[in-house]
Amino acid sequence: MRFSDGRLTPIWDKVRAGARLTAAEGLILLETEDLLGVGRMADHAKRRREADRVYFVINRHVTPTNLCVLSCTFCGFARKKGEAGAYEHSIEDMVAMVKDGVREVHIVGGHHPEWPFEYYERMIEAIHHAHPEVQIKAFTAAEIDYFWRRWKIEPKEALARLKAVGLRSMPGGGAEIFSSRLARLLKYTGKADPERWCEIHGIAHALGIPTNATMLYGHVETLAERVDHLVRLREQQDASGGFLTFVPLAYQVATTKLVPRQTPPADSLKTIATSRLMLDNFPHVEAYWVTLGEETASIALNFGADDVNGTLEDERIQHLSGAETPAGVAREQLLRMIHDAGKIAVERDALYNVVQVWN
Amino acid sequence: MLDRIADKARNGKRLDRDEGRFLLAEAGLLELGALAQEVRFARVPDKRVTFVIDSNPNYTNVCITDCQFCAFYRKPGDPEAWTLTVDEVLAKIEFAASKGATTVLLQGGHNPALPLQYYLDLVTETRRRFPQVTPHFFTASEIQTMAMVSQLTIGDVLDRLWEAGQRTIPGGGAEILSERVRTRIEPKKGGPAAWLDVHRDAHRRGFKSTATMMYGHVETPDDVVDHWEAIRELQDAHGGFTAFVPWSFKPGNTLLEKWIKHYKGPNAYLRMLAASRLYLDNFEHIQASWFSEGKRAGQIALHFGADDWGGTLFEENVHKAADYVNTITVEDITALIREAGFAPVQRTTTYEIVKAW
Repeated sequence: MRFSDGRLTPIWDKVRAGARLTAAEGLILLETEDLLGVGRMADHAKRRREADRVYFVINRHVTPTNLCVLSCTFCGFARKKGEAGAYEHSIEDMVAMVKDGVREVHIVGGHHPEWPFEYYERMIEAIHHAHPEVQIKAFTAAEIDYFWRRWKIEPKEALARLKAVGLRSMPGGGAEIFSSRLARLLKYTGKADPERWCEIHGIAHALGIPTNATMLYGHVETLAERVDHLVRLREQQDASGGFLTFVPLAYQVATTKLVPRQTPPADSLKTIATSRLMLDNFPHVEAYWVTLGEETASIALNFGADDVNGTLEDERIQHLSGAETPAGVAREQLLRMIHDAGKIAVERDALYNVVQVWN
Repeated sequence: MLDRIADKARNGKRLDRDEGRFLLAEAGLLELGALAQEVRFARVPDKRVTFVIDSNPNYTNVCITDCQFCAFYRKPGDPEAWTLTVDEVLAKIEFAASKGATTVLLQGGHNPALPLQYYLDLVTETRRRFPQVTPHFFTASEIQTMAMVSQLTIGDVLDRLWEAGQRTIPGGGAEILSERVRTRIEPKKGGPAAWLDVHRDAHRRGFKSTATMMYGHVETPDDVVDHWEAIRELQDAHGGFTAFVPWSFKPGNTLLEKWIKHYKGPNAYLRMLAASRLYLDNFEHIQASWFSEGKRAGQIALHFGADDWGGTLFEENVHKAADYVNTITVEDITALIREAGFAPVQRTTTYEIVKAW
């Protein structure tokens, strides 16, 4: 393989040999102008795992409330009680939102000031009882940590109780960027810090609850901070092994305006490709079309990503933060994104069991 | 196969039909893209990406050619048919000029009610009133229509347009230069020769033009190779093409929509651009079409062999008729090019540099 940036040649030797990349090498991957050089290496790593397969799931989001005790500056979703647009769903409403035919329901919401832990427990139980075939992926590590902060329920107890009533897996949100500098700057110090976030995922993994991991990039973080984030996730995966998918989240500028413009698609493609190369122990890397846009997500399937998430009926968090993609797309639209990239579309469930191959 | 193609491309050797088909149907997308980018930098050495400030108004939507891929035209007498007067067109050009346009790409349907003098007046008046604007007017099939209506040869019409002050011709209406495809989607427009003959006659007289391609409908890789072969051969003869501009067919509101519901996606576009860069070894510029493929795909296209961003397109009605709309400002263009890692440079219709931004 020829590279326009010679620094990539020794990295390619390691990738071919299946050797682990260092943080310094990760930084080169994010810094280089040789976009297609990084992409070709990531595509090689992706193909070695999954050949031409790209996964998607028929899923929907349920967002119980946007009331949140936090005030993270990158968030366009959260509201305070009494503020215009604030809402709280009843358990009955949420049960009614889930329709049969959906494989996965993704439940993430604000840190509600008053709802007791039992409300969340009953929520999971009711949805599971009404739709036993729908897999429930619920509550970020930040929310699990909040149950401790607010109600002094240990994560291990919270997760065990939620699992007992129907929780199958955990989403990867709330990681933001693992950086105390940014936690102070962007006012998310009131949230699980990197050690706590990783600890809670480790507890989930020990309880047999697989999880995802995210990274919010494209705002005021440095490339070194992105690499550090990836290295920490890789270490946690070595320790506990329960991560399924890494989901890089491109920051949406519209309402919170930490930077003047959304990070360009070349940066997103490089970030996805670098993630695939650095996270050698993660089964999947996702091109999350909601934050990337459908065009970039489709192209990203040639840059190391092997998953496009899903139909995402009623996605709210990114859309209230300004994402311009349609909220929810039909299966046909996902199939076009995958087939345009020359890939084989594999419909999965929340745990990556194959439902059907679409060609 | 790709290694052989890479060797040929690096050593200035010409690709053959089999190699062209391989690029379209089989080559790894990113390997193809990286090679196209290498060739792009060999041909246009710096990180410059050019753009033009332009507008694409239309003078009539009346057309007698009934192309199956077109959502813009109306038959003569249709209640939605319209034709602008010379003054009305000039008002549109004045608007474009007031926004800094140096190119106006004017095209329209094939309206047999318009005399040759109408077209000549448009050129003469644009030159007289807006000397800073290049009249980039009338595609090949419109020039054919002028010849038919005025009972002159194509050459005579081109001479009259030249006398009126026209020096460049837009490349639209090529679609896919293959007998089979043109018979299927535009039977009344004539085969590949109809488009090629006008451009050949124009290049002989010193006109410059672009070559376009509209893909993503009924064509096969073999048809695309036919297209490339035809324009590469013509470019060998006269060197009159400034750039190659491919875009994907938009099916909205067209007759073809019955069979083709969706336009080809960004990966297919990147493949077409990169493969064209390699096959069209005598074209200096390959244009990334932010307008038809989206700004994000346009930015990525700059890594797949394209060296030009196209224009501002202050006005555009043909894609709009197919329910496809996209807009941009000069500030947005320069920011998008910079973000993609390149240096924005404003150009003229004929790709001469105006200024670096």
